[in-house]
Amino acid sequence: MRLEYTEKQNRFRAEVREWLAANLPAKPLASFDTPEGFEQHRAWERKLAEKGYSAVTWPKDYGGRGCDLIEWLIFEEEYWAAGAPLRVNQNGVFLLAPTLMEYGTPEQKARFLPRMATGDDIWAQGWSEPGAGSDMAAIRSRAVRRNGHYVVNGQKVWSTRAVWADWLFGLFRTDPDSQRHHGLSFLLLPLKTPGITIRPIKQLNGLPGFAEIFFDDVQVPVENRVGDEGAGWSIAMATAGFERGLMLRSPARFQQTARQLVDLYRRHRETADADPGIRDAVIKSWMDAEAYALATYRTACRLAKGGQIGAEASTNKIFWSELDLLMHETAMRILGARGELMPNAPDGGDIGAWLDGFLFSLAGPIYAGTNEIQRNIIAERMLGLPRA
Amino acid sequence: MDFTFDEQQLAFRDAIRKFLMVEAAPEWLREIWETTETGRSAELRAKLADQGLTALSVPEEFGGINGGDLDWVLVQQELGYFAIPDSLTATAYLAVYLLQRLPADVELKRQWLPRIASGQARVAVGHPINPMVADAKNADLLLLWHEDEVHALRPEQAKLRLNPSIDLSRRLYKVEWTPTAATRSCKAALGHKLWAGVIDRAGLAISAQLIGLAQRMLDLGVDHAAQRKQFGKPIGSFQAVKHHMADVAVKIEFAEPVVHRAAYALAHDDPRAALYVSQARLAAGEAALLAARKSIQVHGAMGYTWEADLQMFMKRAWALNATWGDAKFHKARVAAAVLGDDARLGPGATFIDR
Repeated sequence: MRLEYTEKQNRFRAEVREWLAANLPAKPLASFDTPEGFEQHRAWERKLAEKGYSAVTWPKDYGGRGCDLIEWLIFEEEYWAAGAPLRVNQNGVFLLAPTLMEYGTPEQKARFLPRMATGDDIWAQGWSEPGAGSDMAAIRSRAVRRNGHYVVNGQKVWSTRAVWADWLFGLFRTDPDSQRHHGLSFLLLPLKTPGITIRPIKQLNGLPGFAEIFFDDVQVPVENRVGDEGAGWSIAMATAGFERGLMLRSPARFQQTARQLVDLYRRHRETADADPGIRDAVIKSWMDAEAYALATYRTACRLAKGGQIGAEASTNKIFWSELDLLMHETAMRILGARGELMPNAPDGGDIGAWLDGFLFSLAGPIYAGTNEIQRNIIAERMLGLPRA
Repeated sequence: MDFTFDEQQLAFRDAIRKFLMVEAAPEWLREIWETTETGRSAELRAKLADQGLTALSVPEEFGGINGGDLDWVLVQQELGYFAIPDSLTATAYLAVYLLQRLPADVELKRQWLPRIASGQARVAVGHPINPMVADAKNADLLLLWHEDEVHALRPEQAKLRLNPSIDLSRRLYKVEWTPTAATRSCKAALGHKLWAGVIDRAGLAISAQLIGLAQRMLDLGVDHAAQRKQFGKPIGSFQAVKHHMADVAVKIEFAEPVVHRAAYALAHDDPRAALYVSQARLAAGEAALLAARKSIQVHGAMGYTWEADLQMFMKRAWALNATWGDAKFHKARVAAAVLGDDARLGPGATFIDR
């Protein structure tokens, strides 16, 4: 055991820190759930890509930096500490890309990865359907093969970033007679294809962060299928594993929030201490953010030594989503009556982005597989309890 | 950066686990605890010594194997899992830490370290952070705090009054004694540092044992839920039961690396070690208390009986969690570090000063 960084790792940290200091946008970008904010964030992805920073763990050939997981953690620490923008292409970079690296053809990798790295293609995901949420194997959207194309009909929902995204990856039923997780295929399709209708859905904050997508005889070339026909379920499960596994939510994000919460508490200590539970929650926030970082470093080191990440990925998702809730609920308790004020309220004082973060933290236990589903996975696959 | 244990440490842990699985079965421990005054078995202690456990911390010159905090932490998890009573840790880890650091001219260490290493001596350690001294009567030597000094005496030199604990493994004594120049083996100036080191190492040992206890209670709960049938199926197939157990697994998963980091910090004299130990105590304590609460629930009425083994581990977790600094004590230490003016927080501060 050696809990110290190497010289090389320290140099990388310094390089990232310097670059961010010199290149961060002068003022915060608009939300990526607005048309202008979406394009600002796309431009930021392009800027990051100049240094291979938009996807640091990818091979250089595809536009990455060839970093290992510890360097990725260092990058994330500097990124979040600097207050850099949210990542508009995270569905692509952190979910689809690992899937393509593992299951894609050389042609698919060359075609999609470099454009993803530069933000030329922003990706949305298409899993859920009106009748297939937690029960994803109930997917009904069909893709029927005809003359070198799949003809897609059906509907997807809760598709994050889909309102302005360029491409969609998702699961479709390619065998019309199949049941459940059989007969599904993993397809990639441009959202500008004729026959696609996108209906934005307003989220709690009033912005269209996700969308419904309707497919009406949409033609998708067969070469846009990832992996074998009918093998979509296992590929999607691998993608879902990436989602709740290591890379979707780096610890740095929560450590930054925890630090901001400590700062907020310290500024308002006199009033906050009137509710003794607040101080306790602030301390717990720091401890849990730190624990999440330690657990992630441990996993990264195990993976580097040839270990595997299994069902314990589900513990990650529960832990960070509950931590994020705790931190934002605590901030709202400290802000008290100012908590309801929108970020643009002229007399909000130091309300910061806590309200928006609080709303988003409520989504954490729901997206990427609800925490109830994660608990089932932990109980059945980690602990070996019998299926229902 | 390498947050993994080396092969040798893991192999030692595995050997201890296999040994305890055979030699420290719950029914055997219960017999010792319930039928003997000391609650201890010379036979088991001799076997533990054969495994190298009593010699683990002792320097080679005194017949030991010179292991450190990182070697102990994995072993302590096993001691927790198998509910090995306090005397082993007090003797082989805490007392050795103290004795080893006494001034060079103190005869005490030459006298006792080899005997500890060979498993022939038990030492009890008393500090006012605990109202009682565990295993004082059955000890061959008492190391006691007095105004930050370290005093050494034989149990016969003190008045010992048994205070029964709900944890049947524990033998707790109120110790009344008179410090004299003859009993003093270390002055307060050095003693102050040594006692702080003892509290942190006791904290590390307890954190690791609490992780082991949490894992044991989880395993017992899972076993029961897989076997017990109601409505025609194992109760472990019901979501409400599954989720109880899953919540415990999550807590353990995220407490364990905190404990391991505390061990590393102690082993490397990190100035933040006290903070990290207290964090480990709180995280491991939370995991163990939740495991107790959830496992008794999953056991149903069986969990409320004397007969079910769960009680051994549950009571030990409750008792240990408040020993060598309770949650109030450790939370205050974390609060002082995290809410203080010079706190180093945020991304990048986990392993370096930012």
